[in-house]
Amino acid sequence: MHAIVCLKQVPDTAELPKVEPADVMQGTLKVTRVVNPWDEYAIEEALRLKEAHGGKVTALTLGPAEATEALRAAVAMGSDEAVLLSDPAFGDGDAWTIGYTLAQAIRQIGQYDLVLCGKETVDGNSGLTAATTARYLSIPLLTCVIKIREVDFTAHTITVERLVEEGLEVVSAPLPAVVAVIKGINEPRYPSFRGIRTAARMAIPVWGMGDIAGLEADKASEAAAAVRWTNIRKPPARAAQCEIIEADTVEEQARILADRLLAAKVI
Amino acid sequence: MDFTLSPEHEMIRKTVRDFAEREIRPVIKELDRQHTFDRSLLPKMAAIGLLGICIPVRYGGAGMDYLSLALACEELERVDTSARVIMSVHVGLNSLALFQWGTEAQKQRYLVPQARGEQIAAFGLTEPGAGSDVAALTATARREGDHYVLNGEKMWISLAGVADNFLFFAKTDPRAQPPHRGISAFIVERRFPGVTTGSIHGKLGVRAGDTGWIHCQDVRVPAENLLGREGEGFKIAMSALDNGRYTVAAGAVGLIRACLEASLYYARQRQTFGVEIGRHQLIKRMIGLMVQREQAARLLVYRAGWMKNQGLRNTRETSLAKWYACDAAFESASDALQIHGAYGYSDEYDVERYLRNARGAIIYEGTREVHLLMQADYALGYRSDAPLRCELPAYDADIWQAEANNW
Repeated sequence: MHAIVCLKQVPDTAELPKVEPADVMQGTLKVTRVVNPWDEYAIEEALRLKEAHGGKVTALTLGPAEATEALRAAVAMGSDEAVLLSDPAFGDGDAWTIGYTLAQAIRQIGQYDLVLCGKETVDGNSGLTAATTARYLSIPLLTCVIKIREVDFTAHTITVERLVEEGLEVVSAPLPAVVAVIKGINEPRYPSFRGIRTAARMAIPVWGMGDIAGLEADKASEAAAAVRWTNIRKPPARAAQCEIIEADTVEEQARILADRLLAAKVI
Repeated sequence: MDFTLSPEHEMIRKTVRDFAEREIRPVIKELDRQHTFDRSLLPKMAAIGLLGICIPVRYGGAGMDYLSLALACEELERVDTSARVIMSVHVGLNSLALFQWGTEAQKQRYLVPQARGEQIAAFGLTEPGAGSDVAALTATARREGDHYVLNGEKMWISLAGVADNFLFFAKTDPRAQPPHRGISAFIVERRFPGVTTGSIHGKLGVRAGDTGWIHCQDVRVPAENLLGREGEGFKIAMSALDNGRYTVAAGAVGLIRACLEASLYYARQRQTFGVEIGRHQLIKRMIGLMVQREQAARLLVYRAGWMKNQGLRNTRETSLAKWYACDAAFESASDALQIHGAYGYSDEYDVERYLRNARGAIIYEGTREVHLLMQADYALGYRSDAPLRCELPAYDADIWQAEANNW
């Protein structure tokens, strides 16, 4: 079994209020970077598959040199290998250029059964990269996956549960496939100190544009991006008022609250 | 001189911080209110390797250095003191003493399961009538053939109620002069007949921690469980305290940071006289002092850790770090409470817990008076440290992280 986990280094959501639009435009965020929380579920799921079926897990990301730290975090959790795709020539791509680049890199990594990723990133929030990657790899895409029911690496099939608005949807697909997971699929583990030791010492390969066989520069570079961020601004701060309902009993407090909510036509 | 932490250290810090935030923060207020020790924390700490963080891999540990131990303690106590106490007792006072003084057989039998977190360890030195005056302890160990028979009571013992193994100090020669030369150290298992333990309630702070007593009534301990030699117990206890105090000092740095973080947040939220209170000079004074204490305490701790990594004797430096950091933590907690005003006096906010938790460390593992006198004596030339028969091994990443061949 070989699972490739695509992950992204993103600002720590706890520090999002510190992110300034100008910094985003210049690509100089002054905040702590972490592994995209959704991707942590993907790493955990890959590690569980490895524990159940044997094999290995490779972590893959596209980003600046600092994104190595996100890969090290994945290795500290238990991933066996990691690859960083980094080259100024990639520039600020969109889901198409990134999906294309990831797909080409995945082909170069070699034989694989699954590509796992989180449902979206907490910075861009498009949720498109899983789809574009699957499209460029010409393999099935399974999104909103809350449970992997069954994987058969001999018959090359996977059955998953997708959490959709109407309920749960059970879907089967041939492998390899791209699987985008959501919160609730598992509880990501902490890195172990053993893993941290391995991660700190691991020489993580960095592939630039010229290192990926068959990569066409005009499809991977910023110029090929169909989407551009032309203006970023913060939503205005909402003025909220807080009121504490005083009463002798909890029941009384609840009654007053219910009355207020009814009066405000909230319920 | 290099003040940079390695990427490995940074990852350890982040891991322990995340661990404390996720596993301890959500439940600590209620555990503290209920005076409850959360036993389920121990296997979680074991799973990531915390309980053997700076023990070589061949002895079941994670093979990290002594600085990593400090980082872990700082991050744990940033959330609650009770979690750091586990590290102080299990790793600092007990496991590192076995690592320093134990025979290979003792290490295999006790250190390996302790470092893996399969067994929990505590440290029994203090007695109802003997704290700072260690030589006044009255527990006895009488040799009978291939056993020692232990009698006596230990008090204010952290993890007394949960530990599997105790380091128990008793007099093999009650008539020795000076008296401390009659003390020996024993590895006592909870399952040995005659061992009883109990909990102590009504503590001012560290209410989510387990503190209790251990009683030995004619407990037969195999002679091979003597740690070090007969009469070496005092030196073993003091060297163990060099490691315990180090963890306490590191934890205190975390507590100061917790006070600072809470104060910074509150000082920017709360408004009086038309401005946020951080704009008032007297609030700034308290914030500035907290910054000063945090940085100074951390540097003292890191120096002690660096010395441990180098294999240098650090009794003097560790004592100074512990004394300064614990006093500084208490003062910072008091200031943090003051900044929070009446809200700080309520357990709706965390700072009152920080204050209660900080107070104990000015008493345990060497009162501030003991440390003050030690520092004065070192300075005056009245005190010096003779080499030990077994020094704490210097850190060597290659040796410590080498996998064992035989298991």
